[in-house]
Amino acid sequence: MNALTLDQACADYGGEVVLGPIDLQIKPGEHVALVGRSGSGKSTLLALLHDRKRRDLALMPQNLGLVDTLSVFHNVYMGQLPAHSSAYNLINLVRPFRRQVLAVSSVLEQLDMEATIWTRAGELSGGQRQRVAVARSLFQAGDVLLADEPVSALDGPRSEVVMQALTAKYTTTIIAMHDLALARRYANRLIGIRNGTIALDMPTHLVSTEALDALY
Amino acid sequence: MRSTSQQSKRWSALSAPLVRTSLWLLAIALIAIWLADFQIRAISPWAELGRFARGLVQPDFATFDTAIVALVRTVAFAFTGVGAAAILGMGLALIFHHRVVRTACAFVRAIHELFWALIFLQFFGLHPLTGVLAIALPYAATFARVYSEILEEGDRRAAHALPAGSGVISTFWYARVPDLWAHLTSYTSYRLECGMRSSAVLGFVGMPTLGFYLETAYGEGQYGEVGMLLILFLVLIASLKLWVRPKLVVAYLLAAPFFLGTGLPIVWGNATRFLTEDVIPAPLRNGEGLAGLGPWLGDLLWNQALPGIGTTLVLTQIALVATGVIALVTFPLISRLFVGRTAQIGGHGLLIIGRSIPEYLLAYVLLQLWGPSMLPAVVALAIHNGAIIGHLIGRQSNNLILRPDAISGVNRYFYEVVPRLYRSFLAFLLYRWEIVMRETAILGILGITTLGFYVDSAIEELRFDRAMVLILVTALLNIGVDGLARAIRRHLELRTTPTAQTPP
Repeated sequence: MNALTLDQACADYGGEVVLGPIDLQIKPGEHVALVGRSGSGKSTLLALLHDRKRRDLALMPQNLGLVDTLSVFHNVYMGQLPAHSSAYNLINLVRPFRRQVLAVSSVLEQLDMEATIWTRAGELSGGQRQRVAVARSLFQAGDVLLADEPVSALDGPRSEVVMQALTAKYTTTIIAMHDLALARRYANRLIGIRNGTIALDMPTHLVSTEALDALY
Repeated sequence: MRSTSQQSKRWSALSAPLVRTSLWLLAIALIAIWLADFQIRAISPWAELGRFARGLVQPDFATFDTAIVALVRTVAFAFTGVGAAAILGMGLALIFHHRVVRTACAFVRAIHELFWALIFLQFFGLHPLTGVLAIALPYAATFARVYSEILEEGDRRAAHALPAGSGVISTFWYARVPDLWAHLTSYTSYRLECGMRSSAVLGFVGMPTLGFYLETAYGEGQYGEVGMLLILFLVLIASLKLWVRPKLVVAYLLAAPFFLGTGLPIVWGNATRFLTEDVIPAPLRNGEGLAGLGPWLGDLLWNQALPGIGTTLVLTQIALVATGVIALVTFPLISRLFVGRTAQIGGHGLLIIGRSIPEYLLAYVLLQLWGPSMLPAVVALAIHNGAIIGHLIGRQSNNLILRPDAISGVNRYFYEVVPRLYRSFLAFLLYRWEIVMRETAILGILGITTLGFYVDSAIEELRFDRAMVLILVTALLNIGVDGLARAIRRHLELRTTPTAQTPP
């Protein structure tokens, strides 16, 4: 993959600049944790990166982007829509192919979710929904993951499993999160956002606790 | 203590915008009543009504076989027409943001399905295609608008989260349709019910559906048979939910085209002649050139379009207010705030009958009883549309939660319930304005001098050029009223989505 770059990027809502201008380059192999207070601009930064519409990008938004009326199977399968023809996708919507069911259930198994494969996404709990979105990210093709708080509704052990799986599957990750301990463990680069600008950007092992605290 | 220096003005309910709008509508209707012709012309209207009522009470099932054929044909035309319309409408909904598509749909929608039928009759004659297209075209235009509004209101976050390159079709069916599916199907099944009514009415212009048999039986004075046909139709509409099941719909759609009957073969020469000669304005056809067109058009607009517009407007405004009155009077019949459970069932039955019978059919029956005047038209329009709105606000009233010590009876009606429902009542009424007008115009075919009367006369005289101009005028009038109703709804900040008025 090529590096992801932002060059003097800005984002505004109704004329008011909420982010930027920002210069940023993310190289292949980097695992980036975006940290900062809520409302500081992490999600907006991810949206700016996602706007590139590159085929190697996978997005896991904070709202998860699930279709509540479809089953868990279909929600996970949606990660692979570009890999198949429209006709194949439409048939699979009405009558799932055995091959896809097997593939999806093996992903769900990693997350301890295989029992819910035919449950509608709208009937799941918050934590389960989050794991469905994670499963889609794992099922999807791509090198770069943009994820916004992927483990906010999960308990400790489950967060570890998910972070492990996501960082193993994607060679490059840019993940917004508020759990600093988790960020230190699964990222090799920390970017701190404050008031819409980058306030901190360095390799994880060089970041001091005081520097992090200053962000909050 | 603080004293207010402001002169306290006496408060009046009449200054509230909703009330003011209602009063304007009422005042216009009163002027219209003064202008209108309500004379009962039948020699013995009540005896006639009695014979008709006896036919309903003692239906004659001797011709049951033909009636069943008529019902099957009615259902087949509805399924084929509405099915084609839904597919076409969904396609159009996806490109509805183009101004050309929007305008074309508004225009096609503004022409009543019976007018479409009259046009296609010249093309295809009594071939089933005439009936199918007459339903499919205006319904597709309506579907396009409503589907696009439903899609617009839908959540786009799921589509946004899909991987790049998912494709338009896959994105649409995976991330957009599933969450809106219930909304889309409930509207579509409501329109299917409308389609049954349209299909039945197409019998009056020669399609082999219910209206055809009804007109024949009426003409022969067979009131028992009329009664049977009406009862069967009511049963058909009331039982829709029982036999139109999601799993069976596909089977019905595939089977329907085979049950349309054969009709008469299409004479393509007629179609060609219609397009290349008949619809060309007479002066142009006769080589008088543009110089002759002016007087021809002026005469047509002054002597036919203008009086037609006048009657149509007068009748529409009276029918609109009568619709509102019927709705406000009937909704308590199905409201748990006013009547007990048993009475509610009766009320539902009454409103179902009211909204199941097409206005056109009801107007036809009443016209036979009372003779040609505006009265049958107003009553028919008010009963049908009033029952629909009464049903909708009655259902809303059942969701209201009153305080435990709320007053009862008439006081409850005026103080607790109507003020809470009035906003949506007016929204529904304004939404139906355009529908009432479209129907009013079409009732002219029955002999009331609205625009449809002049269209029908022109067609009978084989002056299709004049008919087309008059249909065009009718369409423009409808578009105008639709625009006005929207402007008022926006001004009063009433909810404007038409889907809010979908009965279950």
